[in-house]
Amino acid sequence: MKLLPLMIAIPLSVAFILPLLPKKRPRMADCLAVLATLALLALAAMLIGQSGVYALGGWRPPVGIVLVLDGLSWLVLITVALVSFLVTVFSARYMEQYTARGRYYALFMLMVAGMNGAVLTGDMFNLYVFIEVAAVASYALVAFGCHEEELEASFKYAVLGSIASSFILLGIALMYCLFGTVNMAHLGQKVSASGLNRAAIFSLVLFIAGFGLKAALVPFHAWLPDAHPSAPAPISAMLSGVLIKAIGVYALIRVLFNVFGVTAQVATALMVLGTISMVVAILMALIQWDLKRLLAYSSISQIGYVMLGFGVGGAVLAAGGSPVIAALGFLGALFHLVNHAVFKSLLFLSSGALEYATGTRQLKEMGGLGKEMPVTAGASLVASLAIGGVPPLNGFFSKLIIILACVSSGHYGFALAAVLVSIFTLAVYMKVQKYAFLGKPAEGRKSVHEVPAAMRIPMTLLAVLCLGMSLMLLPGPKKRVLDPAVQVLMDRDAYIQSVMGVASALGAGQETDMKIAEN
Amino acid sequence: MHYFLCLLLLMVGLFGALTQKNLIKIILSVAIIEHAVNTFLIMVGYRHDGTAPIVDRAQVAGSSFASGAVDPLPQAMVLTAIVISLGVLALMVAVAMRLYHTYGTYDITEIRKLRG
Repeated sequence: MKLLPLMIAIPLSVAFILPLLPKKRPRMADCLAVLATLALLALAAMLIGQSGVYALGGWRPPVGIVLVLDGLSWLVLITVALVSFLVTVFSARYMEQYTARGRYYALFMLMVAGMNGAVLTGDMFNLYVFIEVAAVASYALVAFGCHEEELEASFKYAVLGSIASSFILLGIALMYCLFGTVNMAHLGQKVSASGLNRAAIFSLVLFIAGFGLKAALVPFHAWLPDAHPSAPAPISAMLSGVLIKAIGVYALIRVLFNVFGVTAQVATALMVLGTISMVVAILMALIQWDLKRLLAYSSISQIGYVMLGFGVGGAVLAAGGSPVIAALGFLGALFHLVNHAVFKSLLFLSSGALEYATGTRQLKEMGGLGKEMPVTAGASLVASLAIGGVPPLNGFFSKLIIILACVSSGHYGFALAAVLVSIFTLAVYMKVQKYAFLGKPAEGRKSVHEVPAAMRIPMTLLAVLCLGMSLMLLPGPKKRVLDPAVQVLMDRDAYIQSVMGVASALGAGQETDMKIAEN
Repeated sequence: MHYFLCLLLLMVGLFGALTQKNLIKIILSVAIIEHAVNTFLIMVGYRHDGTAPIVDRAQVAGSSFASGAVDPLPQAMVLTAIVISLGVLALMVAVAMRLYHTYGTYDITEIRKLRG
């Protein structure tokens, strides 16, 4: 547990060192960034199976800020670490097109620090701060190229993002006003003791709107199809792959399930929002010809699946139904969240490779690239099949579990929507394969070369992960990786206990200070 | 009454952010929203005729300090929130300036390379 603050401290300190490096030696920045993300990955891997609470500065909860590591936060933490490591390796060559690479990595590290902090923190206000750190860095990264569309997308994203943050802050202020604490576990305790009144429900709605905007659920999605394609490809991979999950989905789920405790209405809201996102976004994706824009719409659709899974699990839990079915819904949602991080970052990296080689993002201007860029084509094919839900790839199993949970809890309509959207998803990605890699080269397209090895290796690794991740459902890995995360969502009291139990375990040196705070 | 005014301020900001066509006015509207939320936070901790929440150890034992002082926590939170919104606003102003340099206008109806 002593190592836990390093997950935030490493990227934060590296972010400040990076712009100080000599500008004429961009390789130094590359090396430092790759080393830092590698260290984070190693650290996250070391923390497997552990859980615990770290009280920052020795201030015990509920007064001080705590970092909480449990199954759920570990799962998101390792996903962020894995994707950010592979993306930095990819960036080393890809970002040669841009100047000021030190600053690029600095913003990147700031974003990673914000995400790690948001995932680990056990304090509502601290969550808001870390979300803002990650969000501000991402606004700047979207505008990194400083072209017209990028600036416009960044402005739109920043305006909507700050409105969302204001909603979240207003929700936190309301909760503090009602319950007098911002510690998540303490808040959870007080909510279960006194129940939800109307003001608390209003703050719940504010959280759903705020985090929903950050997670780009339809109808809060308008910024994403502009912002994600406009960023440099590695950043698109980070934004779609992990950012919307860490500061959107994860934060929402943590607040809804561990602080408020899920109710039937909230679960229905999640299911409906999820299904609308799923259906609307995949139809929008079908008509796109800009590859990255297509991928961005597909991200919204896949986040819909994740939300549907959480919603179904929550509905069963709130109705007091079978815990096995509830766990099935959560399992599907969490597994799909991790899967989507892997295949969507791979798809964005391969779109970056295509743009690097051909200089265009328009599908109609590509064609026949399969022969010239075999590695990119292969990686993209694996990811397309995985996201389209072709067995035995990882996307098939996570979608199957979500659909099974829908059916076994009697939500046949939602199950049908999920099946249909899955078919449309496959169609969307077959379109990508057909126009980009198969067929004849588009007229006027110059012949191209495969991208450099530093870009091929991360793509290959992610493709191997797509192929291998189905193994996570075997009893052994499932018990170590996915089950602890599901358990956190199932058992709200255990979360509260694990944090509040520390209050009595930590030394008694701050008695006087405690008294002031409690009065 | 105060809370109502605060809500009104929030609504003014939201209305502005949604309806204004000028980049600068949108930025101002976002600033108004943030100020409304900050004001709300301050009001949560406010106490009429309260004292400043500063204390030395001798004062604590058995005193009426806790029932007289305003709540310091929202004040600390608002300070943090102000710094964050300063950062975001500075970034938005910088982006708006770059947009002005490329398009020569602040009107969003003329800045339309992207469509939802």
